Amino acid sequence: MASKERIREAEKEAILVLEDGTAVKGIGFGSLNKTHGEVVFNTGMVGYTEALTDPSYHGQILIQTYPLIGNYGVSRRAFESDAPKVRGYVIHELCRNPSHWSMELTLDEWLEQSGIPGIEGVDTRMLTKKIRVNGTLLGLLVVREKGDLPNLEELKREVQQIPDPNQRTLAYEVATTHVKKYDATSDRTVVVVDCGVKSSIIKNIVERGFTAIQVPPTTSAAAILGMEPEAVILSNGPGDPKRCREVIETTSVLIQERIPVLGICLGSQIIGLSLTGDTYKLKFGHRGQNHPCLDVQTGRCYITSQNHGYVLDERTLEESGLRVTLTNANDGTVEGIEHKTLPVRAVQFHPEASPGPFDQNVYFDQFFADLLKNSWRAV
Amino acid sequence: MMPKSRGVKKALVIGSGGIVIAQAAEFDYSGSQCLKALKEEGVETILVNPNVATIQTSMKMADKVYLEPCTADVVEQIIKKEKPDGILLGFGGQTALNIGVQLARRGVFQREGVKVLGTSIKAIDVTEDRLLFKNAMEQSDVPIPKSDAAYSVNDALTIAAEVGYPVIVRTAYMLGGGGAGIAYNASQLKEIVEQALEWSIEHQVLVEQYLGNWKEIEFEVMRDYDDNTIIVAALENLDPMGIHTGDSIVVAPTQTLTNEEYQLLRSASIRVIRSVGIVGECNIQFALDPYSERYVAIEVNPRMSRSSALASKATGYPLAYIAAKLALGYNLPELSNKITGVTTACFEPALDYIVVKVPRWDFQKFPGQVNKFLGPMMKSVGEVMSIARSFEEAIQKAIRELDIGKIGLVGNEGDDDSESLEELKASLQHPTDERIFN
Repeated sequence: MASKERIREAEKEAILVLEDGTAVKGIGFGSLNKTHGEVVFNTGMVGYTEALTDPSYHGQILIQTYPLIGNYGVSRRAFESDAPKVRGYVIHELCRNPSHWSMELTLDEWLEQSGIPGIEGVDTRMLTKKIRVNGTLLGLLVVREKGDLPNLEELKREVQQIPDPNQRTLAYEVATTHVKKYDATSDRTVVVVDCGVKSSIIKNIVERGFTAIQVPPTTSAAAILGMEPEAVILSNGPGDPKRCREVIETTSVLIQERIPVLGICLGSQIIGLSLTGDTYKLKFGHRGQNHPCLDVQTGRCYITSQNHGYVLDERTLEESGLRVTLTNANDGTVEGIEHKTLPVRAVQFHPEASPGPFDQNVYFDQFFADLLKNSWRAV
Repeated sequence: MMPKSRGVKKALVIGSGGIVIAQAAEFDYSGSQCLKALKEEGVETILVNPNVATIQTSMKMADKVYLEPCTADVVEQIIKKEKPDGILLGFGGQTALNIGVQLARRGVFQREGVKVLGTSIKAIDVTEDRLLFKNAMEQSDVPIPKSDAAYSVNDALTIAAEVGYPVIVRTAYMLGGGGAGIAYNASQLKEIVEQALEWSIEHQVLVEQYLGNWKEIEFEVMRDYDDNTIIVAALENLDPMGIHTGDSIVVAPTQTLTNEEYQLLRSASIRVIRSVGIVGECNIQFALDPYSERYVAIEVNPRMSRSSALASKATGYPLAYIAAKLALGYNLPELSNKITGVTTACFEPALDYIVVKVPRWDFQKFPGQVNKFLGPMMKSVGEVMSIARSFEEAIQKAIRELDIGKIGLVGNEGDDDSESLEELKASLQHPTDERIFN
């Protein structure tokens, strides 16, 4: 925690209030702003730029468990979308004198320009433990000029009134509203149904010689089929998958049409839902770069990058035609599925990494190799 | 799948012998952990280590202890007498590794039917023989410094002319970088190589491109017979390349690397460990250009090392214990994480704190002129480690723990004495044991 002296010297003050009544004061950074959202934590030790720009954090206030953040500044090279997507940022200590050859601006400057408030000098370990015990909590974050912080009792009342962002269709809010095309050398096409896609997913498609067409989540199956894609990728994204009704309907049509479908993160939940499966919300989610996933057939274990709060319920998949291919080695939750007879497969983790380990980038290799061989067809 | 060696009933563990610079208590720790893991599996354990001032030679650690010199001849006799069916070479530092290589060359293991458990002799050779190493790195698409092996002073001079000065001279099969040095010209090179050739048991030295100010990053990697591979820790040396990692202040996790750089090196270390064929624990060192994503692999230690002992304490992941289980044929996902008790050993620790290791030197104990400059040959006699939530707190704690009369990083007697910029620059360029106080 920041010393009283540091807080006294700071130009900006900040306060974070949680719905359970927890309130922590700290040093403000980023934008002078007031925000609210679901408070979650991420355990990654590198890659804050990638995490902050990951659209799956839309609607959330992010706590970083690693205590020293901002050391290498910010570079656009690491962006997973056009701007930070978190509502607020909670860290133990901000590096105010970063140094790196690739740095374009400091984390403080970037968040200020992007209108995102941040709080540092707070006990992130205490906050994380609280969330691990109670589950994710709603919270209110205020950053003000020194001496301008609002009354704490008012904030405590206000935090009780904030709406749960998961009652909104967050994916639709953060996804593209028009069709975008990313050309590759070949005329073979993959359609990406954007629910908040990370740019690394698009990059992985184009790198393998396929043209990627990014479409809004409400695009109809007919419109997608009209683009004559060889496969459809359902992207990652924020919030409750059950709210993405149009995507679920589209997906079931695409699956019936025997179009190869690949789901990533939220995309895997949508595939499950479109095939009679069900999802539920995890207590505090999986957000980090060290999640071990077991291949149920070979017993091999892979370290993966993850960012999700919802997950498929394995018990509801019996009638779906899906089988579980990967499970989380720590808590046994579903990490990978494939259809027993149709060209449908999905993973709950992020094979594109960014941030995180590239160990499962081979998942894309396999997917595109199967497409190129035309071997991945209905059995 | 590789065959599991679970049939092992009696195993020989080689210790690291007497305490010397670069080979100290860390190997007592790794050997003890190894014995504990073997015992748990019902394996009868025999230990060779003449150092009575160790935990591993205490009662009840091993079933039988030979307080005999750690040399190939002695170990050969013990093998003949005890007839163990397995031997572990990765827990006694460079000494144990060298004995293993020598015994394999003599055909002892084959003759006596002793299985080398964990990393094979072939893999050890790849990490120790510079030419085999070069080929393995090329196969894994991992760059290495421009270099060549020399067997004479003339060889060395020819290579240096090609690589360009300054060059660093390294010796094969040497602990603590013994015999190593940096040469800025031909006459310095001549002097270093003459001595290094004498020191090297293989009479071979490596002359390579000197990466003076590059960042030095180490990865601690675990791999099992089934090819599951994890990174337990990544360490960043505060002192750049050119100063032995044993003489460097080391920080975990890395502090100045972006996700892209970190993953670049992480992926490279996994490719390397696979192509070398490590089973158990290993340490890989990289140099990273501070102004680009250019990097090179410097070396691979196919065994528990000083850095793995540090990584073990820094993360709470019992590296040596797990490495011994892997050597017996277990795979990572079937072993449990000893800290949480519920999760698997196949995971990568995520820290919410920072760890700093600071070496301790004892130059003042030597009378008269002592060369206090730090370089590629290790000079420190010990180290302290501290854990904290900020870098400042961690380094402050570490300096106090050193017990060298300093009250902390700053505020010591003489700290306010004025120093010219030139003096300051010089002391940073040519660091001594006092460098952190400069």
